[in-house]
Amino acid sequence: MEKLLEVKDLEVSFKTYAGEIKAVRGVSFDINKGEIVAIVGESGCGKSVTAQSIMRLIPMPPGIIKKGSIIFEGRDITKLSEREMEHIRGSEMSMVFQDPMTSLNPTMKVGAQIAESLIKHQKMHSKEAWKKAIEMLKMVGIPNAEKRANQYPHEFSGGMRQRAMIAIALACNPKLLIADEPTTALDVTIQAQILDLMRDLQKKLNTAIIIITHNLGVVANLAERVLVMYAGKIIERGNLDDIFYNPRHPYTWGLLMSVPTPDLDKSKKLASIEGTPPDLFAPPVGCPFAPRCEYAMKICYEKYPEEFTVSDGHSVACWLMHPLAPKVKPPVGKGVTLS
Amino acid sequence: MMVEGMPLVEIKNLKKYFNVGRGAVLKAVDNVNLQIREGETVGLVGESGCGKTTLGRTIVRLYEPTAGEVLFEGKNVHKLAGQQLKEFNRKAQMIFQDPYASLNPRMTVRDIIGEGIDIHGLYKNKERTERIYELLSLVGLNKEHANRFPHEFSGGQRQRIGIARALAVEPKFIVCDEPISALDVSIQAQVINLLMELQQKLKLTYLFIAHDLSMVKYVSDRIAVMYLGVIVELATSEDLHKKPLHPYTQALLSAIPIPDPETERKKKRILLEGDVPSPINPPKGCRFVTRCRYAKPICTEQQPELKEVEKNHFVACHLY
Repeated sequence: MEKLLEVKDLEVSFKTYAGEIKAVRGVSFDINKGEIVAIVGESGCGKSVTAQSIMRLIPMPPGIIKKGSIIFEGRDITKLSEREMEHIRGSEMSMVFQDPMTSLNPTMKVGAQIAESLIKHQKMHSKEAWKKAIEMLKMVGIPNAEKRANQYPHEFSGGMRQRAMIAIALACNPKLLIADEPTTALDVTIQAQILDLMRDLQKKLNTAIIIITHNLGVVANLAERVLVMYAGKIIERGNLDDIFYNPRHPYTWGLLMSVPTPDLDKSKKLASIEGTPPDLFAPPVGCPFAPRCEYAMKICYEKYPEEFTVSDGHSVACWLMHPLAPKVKPPVGKGVTLS
Repeated sequence: MMVEGMPLVEIKNLKKYFNVGRGAVLKAVDNVNLQIREGETVGLVGESGCGKTTLGRTIVRLYEPTAGEVLFEGKNVHKLAGQQLKEFNRKAQMIFQDPYASLNPRMTVRDIIGEGIDIHGLYKNKERTERIYELLSLVGLNKEHANRFPHEFSGGQRQRIGIARALAVEPKFIVCDEPISALDVSIQAQVINLLMELQQKLKLTYLFIAHDLSMVKYVSDRIAVMYLGVIVELATSEDLHKKPLHPYTQALLSAIPIPDPETERKKKRILLEGDVPSPINPPKGCRFVTRCRYAKPICTEQQPELKEVEKNHFVACHLY
């Protein structure tokens, strides 16, 4: 498979009056052409900051990319000028945000917002761009597209706005689409529509998608590969089935167990992860999850674990994987005991 | 599991309309009947704008109803006055969705929790302080937290403060309005476990409003599904999941993505076309008719009544 994006050892910080927040602390991953990768984790784990760094949407200052490179189709985008970046953003890669209410321009017709990027990036004439805009609206399943293109965002419902956002993002046929919690603000029946739409479009246009979410159901529905983030680091990565059926990191176990499955008995307690994530002003030296981890050993507090390979494409940053560590049976998944 | 007992709350033909100007009326709750028995948890699910929060708020008297009544321990709550009203306000409490907006930022945790205790004159001086500490430890916080302000806490901790505040006046009935939807997954489980523990310990009755059906299934004894201001289905949480009868419930259940890749790959989804119509001019007849796969002529003419088609399983649909 061909690599589209390569993030290497990325570190992003924010300078605030209270000190420096280390939001992303050394993250590396690849995205291949046309694949769907999910980044999961809780709020504040750095998943959105990672995505925004790829789009170069981090406000600087206060944000700074301290280290690392983001290579998109052979070019390191951390080194591009803002003007060069403008050519890539919206045409080669684009983003769909969580809140469709605030991310559309309320003073512009929806059709014009789609046509805008076509005129800018593909140098289309306005008439041609308008036609394409209507086509895009049809593609994302908006009925009466001709009429709808002439309306303003406030005349659209939440689900329709998110469809319009996707239409804008896909208008120039980008190679990479980043969807940051695209369905969190939507109702379940509308969420199902949007997820279906994204999958269809990915098949049709062969766009690679990075989907950022904390909803494991959405991940299971859409993703092919999963990156699990915690406190600014990727703590486990693997194919969808690796993560759900053979998870190896205690945090992943906790995440998987804290969502009730439909057949969960009421008499059983939900497994919760006690405590809260660490303060990223002063991230711990060792594993950031150690204080909440019931399997924590002495070394976990002292040294950040290296990434251990479980199988091809599946790796985990946890000391339990060390050959000398005690054997622990994962409480979830169909997995075997750790070897 | 059914909790057999006296109804603690009885909602009879309750209507709550809002005037939205130019003579238009938004029918947020339209003729709802529901009984909540002592000690049980009733889940109330539906999509945004279906009236579930309005229903919850009308029950605890945050809204005056347009028509119909709510009986709490046999008395109409909207007709209460004086001492009886005060007693109702103590017994029925609410936990809000947004832990950031529902705590007064200028009050310490001690005063937030103590306010209800003072109003109802439950404890004084040393006893009051002890009670506050006891409540804090009950919800998993400690006494050092008492002198802090809400902004010093995380979302999950704030929700715990909101729960402690509700429990401070020793209520019998709590309306939980989406208590976990603003929280992270691992924190959601903490709060849910806490709510269920407290229910057992303190014999509480809950009306649990949420849109996360798998969580609602886990906490509730019975579930009511709302669509555009009406209850379309009411059943035990087991029955509702095993055998959803209303086409809307079926679609809703199939739309939830399950955190299991194999189930997701196999699942046949019932996709609903379009959006929820506006509650200002809801469709004639059955409210769901515009999106229903099985719609018949009668569905556009006559609104179906909620009827018991199987034991303890109620559905409002012309198919049954």
